[in-house]
Amino acid sequence: MSKELIIILLISPLVGFLINGLFSKWLKGNEKLSGTIGALAVFISLICSIIAFVTINIDSNATLEGDDGFVYKWIAGGKFSVDIGFHVDALTTVMLLVITGVGFLIHVYSIGYMHGDEGYTRYFAYLNLFVFAMLILVLGNNYLMMFVGWEGVGLCSYLLIGFWYEKQSATDAGKKAFIVNRIGDFGFLLGMFTLFAAFESLDFVTIFDKAETGTSAINVVFGETTKVTLMVATLLLFVGAVGKSAQLPLYVWLPDAMEGPTPVSALIHAATMVTAGVYMIARSAVLYNLAGTGVVVAWIGVLTALFAAIIALKQNDIKRILAYSTVSQLGYMFVGVGIGAYASGIFHLVTHAFFKGLMFLTAGSVMHAMANELDIRKMGGLRKKLPITHATFLVGALAIAGAPLLSGFWSKDEILHSAWGSSKIIYIIGLATAFLTAFYMFRLIFVTFYGKSRVEPEVDSHVHESPAVMWLPLVILAVPAALIGLLLGVGGHDSWFHHFTEDVFPKADKAPGSVLLFMAISSIVGIAGIAFAWTRYKDRAPAAEPTNALQKKDFSWLVANKFYVDEIYNTFIVQPIKNASHFLLWKLFDVGIIDGIVNGVAALIRVIGGLFRRLQTGVVQAYILSMVIGIVLFLAYYLFFVN
Amino acid sequence: MLLSLVIFLPLLGVIAIALLRGMGPSVVKGIAFTISLLTFVISIGLYTGFEETATDTAFQLVEKENWITGLGISYHIGIDGISLWLILLTTFLTPVCILAAWNSVEKGLNGFMMSLLALETGMLGVFCSLDLFLFFVFWEAMLIPMYFLIGIWGGERRIYATIKFVLYTMAGSALMLVGILALYFQNGNSFDLTTLSGRFTHDSYLFLAFFIAFAIKVPLFPFHTWLPDAHVEAPTVGSVILAGVLLKMGTYGIIRFCLPLFPEAAALHTPWIVTLAVIGIIYGALVAMVQPDLKKLVAYSSVSHLGFVVLGLFSQSHEAIQGSVLQMVNHGLSTGALFLLVGMIYERRHSRMIVDFGGLAKRMPIFASIFLIVTLSSIGLPGLNGFVGEFMILLGSFVEGAFSKWYVVFATTGVILAAVYMLWMFQRVMFGKLDKTNESLPDLNSREIAVLVPILVFIVWIGVFPNTFLKPMETSVEKVATKVQVPRSTPAVGQVNNPGETQKPLLKQNTEIRLSHEEEAQTK
Amino acid sequence: MSLPLEYYLVLSALLFTIGVIGVLIRRNAIIIFMCIELMLNAANLAFVAISRHLGQAEGQLFVIFVMAVAAAEVAIGLAIIVSVFKHRETINVDEINSLKG
Repeated sequence: MSKELIIILLISPLVGFLINGLFSKWLKGNEKLSGTIGALAVFISLICSIIAFVTINIDSNATLEGDDGFVYKWIAGGKFSVDIGFHVDALTTVMLLVITGVGFLIHVYSIGYMHGDEGYTRYFAYLNLFVFAMLILVLGNNYLMMFVGWEGVGLCSYLLIGFWYEKQSATDAGKKAFIVNRIGDFGFLLGMFTLFAAFESLDFVTIFDKAETGTSAINVVFGETTKVTLMVATLLLFVGAVGKSAQLPLYVWLPDAMEGPTPVSALIHAATMVTAGVYMIARSAVLYNLAGTGVVVAWIGVLTALFAAIIALKQNDIKRILAYSTVSQLGYMFVGVGIGAYASGIFHLVTHAFFKGLMFLTAGSVMHAMANELDIRKMGGLRKKLPITHATFLVGALAIAGAPLLSGFWSKDEILHSAWGSSKIIYIIGLATAFLTAFYMFRLIFVTFYGKSRVEPEVDSHVHESPAVMWLPLVILAVPAALIGLLLGVGGHDSWFHHFTEDVFPKADKAPGSVLLFMAISSIVGIAGIAFAWTRYKDRAPAAEPTNALQKKDFSWLVANKFYVDEIYNTFIVQPIKNASHFLLWKLFDVGIIDGIVNGVAALIRVIGGLFRRLQTGVVQAYILSMVIGIVLFLAYYLFFVN
Repeated sequence: MLLSLVIFLPLLGVIAIALLRGMGPSVVKGIAFTISLLTFVISIGLYTGFEETATDTAFQLVEKENWITGLGISYHIGIDGISLWLILLTTFLTPVCILAAWNSVEKGLNGFMMSLLALETGMLGVFCSLDLFLFFVFWEAMLIPMYFLIGIWGGERRIYATIKFVLYTMAGSALMLVGILALYFQNGNSFDLTTLSGRFTHDSYLFLAFFIAFAIKVPLFPFHTWLPDAHVEAPTVGSVILAGVLLKMGTYGIIRFCLPLFPEAAALHTPWIVTLAVIGIIYGALVAMVQPDLKKLVAYSSVSHLGFVVLGLFSQSHEAIQGSVLQMVNHGLSTGALFLLVGMIYERRHSRMIVDFGGLAKRMPIFASIFLIVTLSSIGLPGLNGFVGEFMILLGSFVEGAFSKWYVVFATTGVILAAVYMLWMFQRVMFGKLDKTNESLPDLNSREIAVLVPILVFIVWIGVFPNTFLKPMETSVEKVATKVQVPRSTPAVGQVNNPGETQKPLLKQNTEIRLSHEEEAQTK
Repeated sequence: MSLPLEYYLVLSALLFTIGVIGVLIRRNAIIIFMCIELMLNAANLAFVAISRHLGQAEGQLFVIFVMAVAAAEVAIGLAIIVSVFKHRETINVDEINSLKG
C-alpha cells in the first residue's frame, strides 16, 4: 500500500477544515457549497479507505508498517525520538472504514439537519477537523501520535458539544467533557512515560517486538519485574481509555455531551471517538496479554455496562437514553478486549458504530420533526407520522437488543460467549445487561412511536417526516446496521472478521460450549426484554415525577437521578477544590501570608526609617557639632589611651 | 560584529528618537518599528549563521574585546543553541509589541518607545553575555526601562507594583553580585564565563546566591507575588515583554550559570527546588482558576508553566532540559499572545474583569478563534507548541529518575488543571449570552490581526515541526546535560560539602603558583 | 633666629578652634562662612610651618591648592547664600532647615 494514499486520506478532511474554517466569511451565505465541501472531503477519505481495505483484503502482507510508513521526524532530543508515520493493518482499515463510512453519511445528513443554523460553516469545519483528528488517532504508528489524535478528537468534541455556545448548559457540557477527558489523558501520559522508560521507544512496532522478545529487552521501571512495569503501564493507559470511552467512574461527561447537535452525538459520541479507548487497548493487545491486566479492563467494562443500563431504565430524554446505552455498549467492548477476545471487541465496535449511529440520527430526525422536543413523555404514536424514522429506529433497536440475525446479536454474543470461558460472573452480568438493554430500548420505542399521542397540540400540527437528505442516510445506514453482523460474523471464531484480523491480534482461546446454545440463550434473553417492555409500556407513558417524600427514597428514584453521581462529584471534588483555591490558597496564603510577609518587611523598614529620621533636624550646625564631638573623642582616645 | 549589531541596534533607535525630538508620533512609531523589525531581520542571520553540528566550540559568533583590563572585565559575547532561541524570541516579540502599542500610548510616546528599545538591548545583552560582569550590567540595566514602562504607563497601582518588582529583583541581584564576586576571586581575577570550570569553594552557597536571584525572576513559588501585581499594572506591551522574555532570564540564568557551574550543588539542592516547582505548578493553576481578573489569571498561569520549566531543568535529563528550553520559547509566545489579546479587549471595553464579558464569540468571531488557538496552545494541546515542551519535560524527568517519579505524577496533574482554568475562563468570556454593553464591540482590525498572526504561525510551527527548533539546541543542551549528571548511586550528598575535599584543588593551585615563582627566581 | 615650631602649631590650633566654635555657635551664614575660612587658614599655617621645619616644599604646594579651593568655595558659597537670601529673605541658618527628615 502506498504512503501517498494514506496521506491523501488523512489530509483531505484537513483541507476541508481549512477551507470551511478560513473562508467562513465568504461561505457563510452558501450553505450548499459549505456542506458539500465538508462531505466531499470525507468522501475522498472514504474512497481511499476502501482502497486500503481492499488492498489488505487481497494481500494480507500489504500493510504499511515500520519504516514504510515514515513521513517525517517529529520530535527528537537526546534519546527520545518520535516520528510522524503511519501504521496501517487490518485493524486500522476496519477503523478507517467505520470512521469515514459512518462519517460520510453523517456529513450528508448534517447538510439537511443543520439547515438554517447560524454557524453552518463553523459546524462543518469542526466536523472535518474531527475526522482528521480521528484519522490521526488510528493511523499513527506510535503512542504519541495516537495521543495527538486522542487530544484532537477531545478538542473537537469540546467544540461541537458547546456548538450552540449561547446555551450555558451546552458550554458547561463541553467543558466537562474536555476536563474529564483530561483526567484520562493524565493516565495516558503517565502510561506513555512508563512505556518509554521500559522500551526506550514509543513506536508500536518496536514496543511490540521487544515485548514479544521477552523480558530481557524491557527495562524494569516499577517494582521488581517487567511484569509489574507492564501492569502499571497498561493500567495507566487504561485510565486514558476510561476517560475517552466514558467508563466508570469517568463516564459522567457522555450523557451531558448530548447538548451538542445530534449528528455530532451520532458520529463522535457513539460511533467513533468514544470507541478510541477500545481501539487503543486492541492495538496494545500484546502488552495487555503480557501484563495480564485485561481482567481489570473486563471488570470495569462489565460493571459500567450494567450500571449504565440500569440508569438508562429510568431516563426520559431520548438522547440521554441513547447516551447511557452507548456507555453500556462500550462496557461490552471493554469486556471483549479485556478477556482477550480482541477481534470480538472490535467487531462489536463496528456493529455498534452502525446501529448506534443510526439510532442517534433517527433520534435527530424525531427531534427535527418535534421542534427539538427531547422528552419521550411528550411523544407517543409517532409511528404513523414518521414511518421511515420509525422503521429505521426499529432496525437499530432490534440490532442493539440482540434480535436474532441482526448485527448486535452476532457481536454481543461473541463477547458473551468468550466471557463464559474466562469468568462466569462476567457472563451473567453481561447477560443481565443484555436483558436490560432490550428492555430500555423497547421502552423507548413503545413510548415514542406507539400508544396514544401525547404531543402538545401546537407541535402536533407541524410533525412531519424529514427531508430526503436526512432520511436517505438513515435508510443507507440501516442496511449495514442490520446486516453487517451477518456478513462479518457468521461462524463465531471462524468468521470472516476473525480471519481478516488474525494477523493483528494474538489468537484468543476458543471459548468452551456450543455456539448455538449461547446464541439461543442470548436470543431468549433479548426477546424476553422486548416482551417485558411491551407489557409495561405498550400504551402508557413513564410515571410522572414522584410527589411525596416516601417515593423519593425509592430505589427507582435513585436510578432516575442517576445515582446522584454528578452531585457527589460536585460536592466532594469540584466545590472543595474551588473553595480551597479561592479562600485558602489565594486570599489567605498568597495575598495574606506571602504578600503579607513582603509588605511586612517593607513596613518594618519604613518604621525603622521613621525612627532614624528624627535625627535629621535639618540644622547643619547640629550635624557639625556631633562631628566635632566625634573627632574630639577620637583624638582624646588616641592621645590618652593608646600606648 | 553581527551579534553586537543585533544587541545595540535598538539602542541606536533610542538615540535616534531622542535626537529627533520634534517629530510627530507617527514618525517616532515608524522609527521604533523599523529599527526593531530590522533587528529581527538581522537576528535571523544569527540562526542562519549558526552551525548546528559544531561540537568543538561551546559558543559561536564570539566577540571579545578588553573593556576594563585592570579588573579582568571584557566585552565578551557569543551565543549557543540555548541563547539563540531566546534572542530570536526577544527580537521577534519587540516589533510585535511596538505594533501592538500603536494606538494605545496616550502620553509620552517618545519615552515609551525609547524604553521599549532600550529594554530590548538590555535583554539581548543578558542572553549574549559571556562575561559575568557584563551580564550583571545588562541584567541591572534592563530593570530601568521596565521600571519606567510599568511606573509611567501602568495602571492605578503602578507605583506599588513597579517598586515591588524592582525591589524583588534587586534583592535577588544583590545576592548574585556577591556570587559573581566570589567566582571572580576564585577564578584568578577574571569574570570570563568560558574560563570558569571545576569545583568552587562554598559552591553550595554560591549556587544559592545565583539561584535565588534567578528564582525570583522566574518566578518560582513562593517568590512569585510580584508577578501578578506587575502584570496587572503594566501596560499590555509591558506584560508581553515581562512574561515573554523577562521571566525567561531567570530560567536562562539557571541553565547558563547554576547548572553548569555548580552541578554538585545543583544536585544537592534539587529535592527542595523541584518540590517548589511542583507546588508552583499546582498552586499557580489552582489560584489562576479563581482569579476574577483576566491578567491576573494569565499571570498565575505563568507561575504554573514556569514550574514545568524549572522541573525540567533540574531533572538532569537531556530530553527534559531540551524541553525546558523549548518551553521557555513556547511560554513566551503563547502567554505573550494571551496578554496581547487581553490588552486588545481591554482597549475596547476598559475592563479586564471576567464577569464583564460573555458571549463575545458572537460579536468578535476572529478574536474568539485566535483566542481559542492561543488558549489551546497554553493548555498544551498536541499539534500546538505547548505540548512538545511539556511532554519532553515530563517524559525526561520521569525516565531519568533524578528525583522520585511522584514529582512527575503531581506535575502532570498540572495538565488537567491547565484545561480547567483556561477553558473555564474561555467559556465565561467567549460563550453565553452577549451582554448589552458588549454588543457594540468591534472585532479585530487588520493591524491587530497582523500583530497576532506571526505568533500563531510560530505556535503551529513549533507544534508541527518542533525539530526546526530542537535541533540547533541539541549540542548545547547535551553539554549542560552531561555536566549536571551526577552519578546517583554514590553517597554524594554527604561528601560534597566536605571542606577538606573541596579545598584540595585550591591548595594545588597555590603550590603551582609558588613553584612558578621559584622557577622565575632561578632563571634570574 | 627663628621661633620654634610649637608656637606656630599652637597658634594654628587656636585659630582652628576659634573657627570651629564660630561655625557652631553663630547663626549668620556669612559669619559661619568666614569661620570656615579661618579654619582653612589655620590648616594652611600648620602646613607652611611644618614645611619650613622639614625643609620640604610639598607643604607649601598644598597651601596653594587649599587657597585655590577656598577661593572656588567662596565664589560658590557666597552665590548660594545670595540666592538663599533672595528666596527666603534670611540667612539665619536656624530658619533654613528644609533638610529636616
